[in-house]
This record gives sequence, C-alpha cells and structure tokens, in this order.
Amino acid sequence: MGDLLESIRNGLPLLLEQVLNGLQLGFVYALIALGYTMVYSIIKLINFAHGDIFMVGAFLGVFGFTYWHLPWPAAILVAMAGCALLGVLIERIAYRPLRAKGAPRIAALITAIGVSLFIEYFSSLKFVFGPNYRVVERPFGDFRWSLGGVGISSIQLLVIAVVLGLLLALQYVVYRTRIGKAMRAVAFDMDAARLMGIDVDKVIAYTFAIGSALAAAAGVLYALAYPQIHPFMGIMPGLKAFTAAVLGGIGNIPGAVLGALIMGQVEVMTAAYISSEFRDAIAFSLLILVLLVRPAGLLGKAGPEKV
Amino acid sequence: MKRGMAAVLVLGLGVLAGCGNAPGGTGGGDEKVVRIGLIAPLTGDVKTFGESTKNAFELALEQAGYKAGDFTIQHFIQDDRNDPTEAMNIATKLITEQKVHALVGSVSSKATISVSDVANQSRVVHITGTATNIAVTVDEKGNRKPFVFRACFTDPFQGQVAAKFALETLGARTAAVLYDKGNDYSVGLAESFRQHFEAGGGEVVAWEAYALTDTDFSAILTKVADAKPDLLYLPDYYQKVSLIGKQARAKGITATMMGGDGWDSSELDFATMAGGYFTNHYSPEDTRPEVQQFVTDYQAKYGSVPDALAVLAYDATNILLEGIRRANSNDPDQIRQAIQNLKEFKAVSGQISFDENGNPVKPAAILQVQGDKTTKFIASVNP
Repeated sequence: MGDLLESIRNGLPLLLEQVLNGLQLGFVYALIALGYTMVYSIIKLINFAHGDIFMVGAFLGVFGFTYWHLPWPAAILVAMAGCALLGVLIERIAYRPLRAKGAPRIAALITAIGVSLFIEYFSSLKFVFGPNYRVVERPFGDFRWSLGGVGISSIQLLVIAVVLGLLLALQYVVYRTRIGKAMRAVAFDMDAARLMGIDVDKVIAYTFAIGSALAAAAGVLYALAYPQIHPFMGIMPGLKAFTAAVLGGIGNIPGAVLGALIMGQVEVMTAAYISSEFRDAIAFSLLILVLLVRPAGLLGKAGPEKV
Repeated sequence: MKRGMAAVLVLGLGVLAGCGNAPGGTGGGDEKVVRIGLIAPLTGDVKTFGESTKNAFELALEQAGYKAGDFTIQHFIQDDRNDPTEAMNIATKLITEQKVHALVGSVSSKATISVSDVANQSRVVHITGTATNIAVTVDEKGNRKPFVFRACFTDPFQGQVAAKFALETLGARTAAVLYDKGNDYSVGLAESFRQHFEAGGGEVVAWEAYALTDTDFSAILTKVADAKPDLLYLPDYYQKVSLIGKQARAKGITATMMGGDGWDSSELDFATMAGGYFTNHYSPEDTRPEVQQFVTDYQAKYGSVPDALAVLAYDATNILLEGIRRANSNDPDQIRQAIQNLKEFKAVSGQISFDENGNPVKPAAILQVQGDKTTKFIASVNP
C-alpha cells in the first residue's frame, strides 16, 4: 500500500507534465479548428485548404524572424496578415464564383481539395518555399522552470499565452463588434441576413480572413514548438484540427476549442502511457465513438444556432 | 557504334589469324578475358548515388590497368533508374547477351535484391557496394545466395557497433531508444542496439516507437527525461533526428545523442546535434593510407571529395578484382570461392573478411557532429 502511494506521488509530476504537453498540442489544434468551424458555420464548407494556410503561416513566420530579422511577435503578426490576405484571395478566386453560380456543395468541397493540393505542390517548387525540410532556429532561448517537480518550458508558456490571448480577441470580435454580429446573423440565416441589408460576401471574406489569421498564428507556434517546416506539414495537423472541430460540434466555437483540447490530451496520453504508435488510432476512434453517441458533436446542437 | 564495328573487325581478324596470336595460346575466341557489368541508377531519384558509384567503378578498373591476374577486363555500364524491374531486365541482358562473369551494383536495396536473384540463379558473381538489406545475400527462406556479396555492413551491424562504442568508449550504462516503427532500417538498428547494449551490461530505460508522420515527441521525451538516460539512440534519417534532437534539448535532456549513417547529410541540424556521434561507412579524415590514397586519386580524377557511396563501390569493385586475381580465372564459381576466402583484404572502408552470408566483417567509422557543420572522425570500431 505504501508502495502504491509512493508510486502515485512519484508519478503525479510526470502526469502533470504530460497534461502540459497535451495542452500545448491542443491549444495549437484549437487555433486551426476555429477556422474550420467558423467557415463551416457560415457557408457550410469544409475548407480543406485550411491546413495549408497553416503551413504558409508557419513559413511566413519563420522567414520573418530568420531572414527578415523581425522580432518574433512581429513575425507572428506578419504571418497572420499575410495569411488573412491569402484566405480572402482563395475565397474570392475559388469559392465565391461557385457560390454565385449556385454550384452544389460537393463542387465547393472538391474545389477546396484542389486548392489544398495546389498550395502544397506550388509551395514545393524551388522558387517558392522549396521541397526540403527546414530546421527552425528559435528566436529565443529554451528556458525551463520546475514547479514542484513539474517541468514547464518557455515554449509551452508562449503557446498557452498566445492562444489564450487570441481566443479572448476572437470572443470580443464575435460578440462585441458589428462584423461579429453580422457573422452571427449570416450563420443563423444567410438569406434573412441578406434581406436585412448585410453584405454577405463581405462577411464571408472577413470570416476567411479571421480564420486564416488564426491558422497562421497556429502555424508559427507549431513551428516554434516542433521546430521543422516543410510544404506538407499542414496535412496532419489540419486533419486533426478538423477532427477536433467535428468532435466538439462543427460550427460551434467553444466546441472547437473543447474538441481540440481533448484531441491534444488523448494523443499525448496515448503516447505517454500506451504507445506513440497508437496515438492517431485512438484519437480517431474517440471521434467515431463520440459521434455514435452524439452525432452533432459534444457541444453541437441540431438546431441552427451556430457560431 | 564505331567502336562496336572496330571490335567486330578486330575479333574477325583474330579469328582469321587463328589462335597463334592469342597470348598464352590456350585457344578459342574466349581467350583470357573477364567481363564485368556495372548496374547503377544513372538517372532518376538517386542519380547522384549512381554517378558516385560509376566514377568509383571506373577509377578502380583504370587503376588496375583493366587487368586482373592474367585476364583482361571488359566492362559494361548500364542504368537501372533505381527501378527493380529495370534492374532485373538489365541484369538478364548483361548475363545472356554480354555474357558477363560478374556484376557490380546496384545502389539501393530494392534494385539490388532483384539483380541478386538473377545473378545467383545464373551462377554469376554479384557484389554490391551499398545495399544494406539482409535480403540481398539471403533468400526468403534464409538460405545464402552463394554468388552474392556486399561491401557495406548491414543494418543490424551498425546497432551492434553503436552499442559497443556507447558502452566502452562513452561509458554509458543506460540508454533510451526512439525509432520509427514503419521503417525497416530504423527498426533494424534499434533492435540490434538494444540486444547488444543489454548483452554488454547496459540497460535500455526507455524504448519508444513512433510513426513517420509524428512531429510532436513531447510525450515520449517527457518519459525519456524522467528516465535520465546516459545516451539517447536515434536510428533514423537526418530530418527526423534533427526534429527529435531539438525537442529533446528543450525538454532538458542532456544525454549524448547517437545514431547511424542516416545522419550523414549536410541538412542535419548541426547546431542541435553537435557533440552527438553516428556510425558510418568511412570518414575522409581517416589517416589510413588506403583512405588517403583513394581520396587523393578520386579528387584528382573527378574534382570532388568521394562520398560513402563512391568508397563502397570502389571497395566492391576491388574485392571482385582481387577475387579474380586470386582465382586467376574467369570462372564465376572459382571467383566466388576466392572472394569468400578473402582474409583482411585492405579496402578503403576497412580490412574486409566475409561471413557465411557474404557480409563483410569490418570496422565501422564513428563520427562526431560538430557545431560548424562538419563531422570529426573519432574512431574505427571493430565488431
């Protein structure tokens, strides 16, 4: 019995450290998942190019603090601005014409996959980002603090702080500004919103801009936490974040964050206490189980109230 | 085309003149000639590997004066595009049309395995410089292909050498091993390292598999940090190793890092991996005269420092030539036996003898990663 208590006491700091690892991963997923969920709530499109915007954000941020010698917070802002533009551009070129012609949703979905592949392979060209893996030099030192045996690193603090800050900002935009109100209105009923004089195309463009900017921030944080970038780095995190969004209830902002945090914890705990090989299998099995019980996701509602 | 015509003319004249002109006068059209084919990927995804191999092969023949024992060497060079089917077709063509006695190549294991099957069935000597997979020299049932040899060490051998170096030179008592479950190369090194490290009295305190697509290693590295190993063994290619190494340092893991020849790339993260060691086939800094002579000769002819592929292709060719000299015959069966019986043959990558499976028993070079984007030759470790 004493041994058991002893082992729990010894295992606890380790467990807490793993929880922190899971938070770090989950918070990054959350930023990506938000873009999926916001776009879905408004135009019912799974924007498969979202993971690639995350990748472009990572490259812009890393270029910012390595080649353009920007301070790293500025590099994150540059990446966010660049990807906001890219998101709007993609929406304008690829999705809006389809919407204007009243194309079926499956056409938009296929287009999204096409855009995703285009960004990946275009970025792989030598004169764009190039096909090679690049090592990321962190612009700040690696510090570690030990709080009662639980180690926490500077990068973990940074990820958690930046993501919490962005979540608060998003909350403010969605619930306290005119554009946020318009977004909620369009999500609720697009035709009614248009009849009320809301410029729906503008609202959609803003949604893409905000979602892409969040993905870009996620990309830079991801590149700092797992310091290697390449043109196909967005595929897996994109898929995981999409899963997180569905798990939490697609179209629901708190749901996306909750789903992402669960995904992060499940992955890390599987790797920590079962085996790293099973992390994806268990994470995706969980999705299937949750959807069997709650088809709309954890916080999703059958009704139209979204965003 | 012109050369082909000339050869036909010369042959024709030889036949007209009868056997009286042939040196040694043993008669027949097939006087003292040994025909050697080289199969290498001269185009395609690993083109530079093929070029190094071809350069080294030609250098070795040139240095031998196109003679081995009493035999004049005729050689044929063919491109397999690193494609197993193409490699098999070329091997068949070289054996049936050019009637080669021996084949050198190819570079990758996948292409070489198909060549080895054809060569062994046709009873033609086959030696590869660089194919590390076990299946090159043994078939699926585990039987030796008696005509097939290789000049490089196999995957498990690197793990064995790393374990020995870690225990004896670094004084490591505990080790953590992280490996890619889906990669035969990584698994081979990891399992062999664990086996020999534990047999030598060490303890593997963390044994963690990951998948090719993993980028977040925080969970397993937290466990590794908790186990506080002396050594972190990372048998994977340079990209993954750089990523794991950086995350390991961020987790406060200060253990010495070690790996295999997959680290040998200019794109390794030298800053993070500095101080780490890896096993490799050779180092151009090795002061043995064989190494220095080869590096000088190769540079004089081609203007670049030879890579490991060039070294191994050079060794493979010279092992074959030595076999022909010792047998003093162009009979593949006699050449094969002569190669099998080589003892401590002085090759560039070390003194070579062959085990019962046609694998060389030779030392591995241990290199240390330096912060200034170079590697430093540390030692030559015998199995």
